[in-house]
Amino acid sequence: MKSDHHVILRVIGKCFIPLIVIYGFYVQFHGEVGPGGAFQAGVVLAVAIILHSLTFGLATTMRAVPPVFARTLAAVGVLIYVGVGFWSMMQGGLFLEYQALFGEPPGGHDGQHAGIIIVELGVLFAVTGAMITIFYALAGRVAEIRDEDW
Amino acid sequence: MRDLFTADAGPLLINITLLAILFIVALAIARLRSLFAIVMLSGVYSLVSAAWYISVDAVDVGYTEAAVGAGMSTAVLLGAMLLTARTAKPEKPLSKLGPFLVCGATAAMLIYATVDLPGLGDPNSPANTGPGMTYVHVNWFDTGVPNVVTSVLASYRGFDTMGETVVVFVAGLAVAMLLGFGERSLAETLRNKKRKGKEGDAS
Repeated sequence: MKSDHHVILRVIGKCFIPLIVIYGFYVQFHGEVGPGGAFQAGVVLAVAIILHSLTFGLATTMRAVPPVFARTLAAVGVLIYVGVGFWSMMQGGLFLEYQALFGEPPGGHDGQHAGIIIVELGVLFAVTGAMITIFYALAGRVAEIRDEDW
Repeated sequence: MRDLFTADAGPLLINITLLAILFIVALAIARLRSLFAIVMLSGVYSLVSAAWYISVDAVDVGYTEAAVGAGMSTAVLLGAMLLTARTAKPEKPLSKLGPFLVCGATAAMLIYATVDLPGLGDPNSPANTGPGMTYVHVNWFDTGVPNVVTSVLASYRGFDTMGETVVVFVAGLAVAMLLGFGERSLAETLRNKKRKGKEGDAS
């Protein structure tokens, strides 16, 4: 096979990609108690996919994560965020007033927790999708990284 | 000289070391001509500055710097680098004298301004006495979220964060509209592969 001289890179990349994805989700769902949050988690998830495309080639990655999926993900993320705002409006509160989501009195925290988690999920989708779209747009102009560029 | 051996010397030495590394990396970036090395060194610069942010207790900022600056920007710059020439043109000596003077004057003014900054962790600084402290006090009753950064970002200033999310989305959209979604090159690659495969069969 022609591409065999990148075999170490590919094997190590294969080991690292699942770890990066798990770490991204950890940052996402741990954002309420620790440092980090949806913006960082979205970038980390996007970097996992970019690492895949750097080691296995852009065509392989685009078959696994199609560009249509990436840009749809970004739009859906923004939609989820705005949707929470309209949900709280329909419950009689202000735009993005999480306290109104379940109609709790002040001091009740269920609405706040649910609102923050859903909103951060929206941010995660939007950031991941947008970052992958940007990378595809830039990397898609050159078919593959040539060997002399490494 | 005795101060070097007290307990405070550790963080001080770490700060000096990290900032010295930053300075050297910046000098190397300014002097290098190979774009690949410059992209890699800018990733190193982000990583070291992320470490420095953590050493001055700005964990969230350091985390973002490591994820966006060292991870994402390096990958995007690598992709952008492939679209241009691999090396920058060498330039004549003294051709950058004007920009050098402007940068030097700005640096002198910034250093002069740092004299008035409050010390690190000063309880009487504006950041620690104003609305920031109010958030720390009311946050637990209002939201029940342990991380004040998250509750300020997502709850108190949810509208602001919505704007940021839309900015990220629009940035992705704008780049994709300017450069295309990258699918055309995928089709081209597949076509080339197929052609190569056919040639391989023929020979």
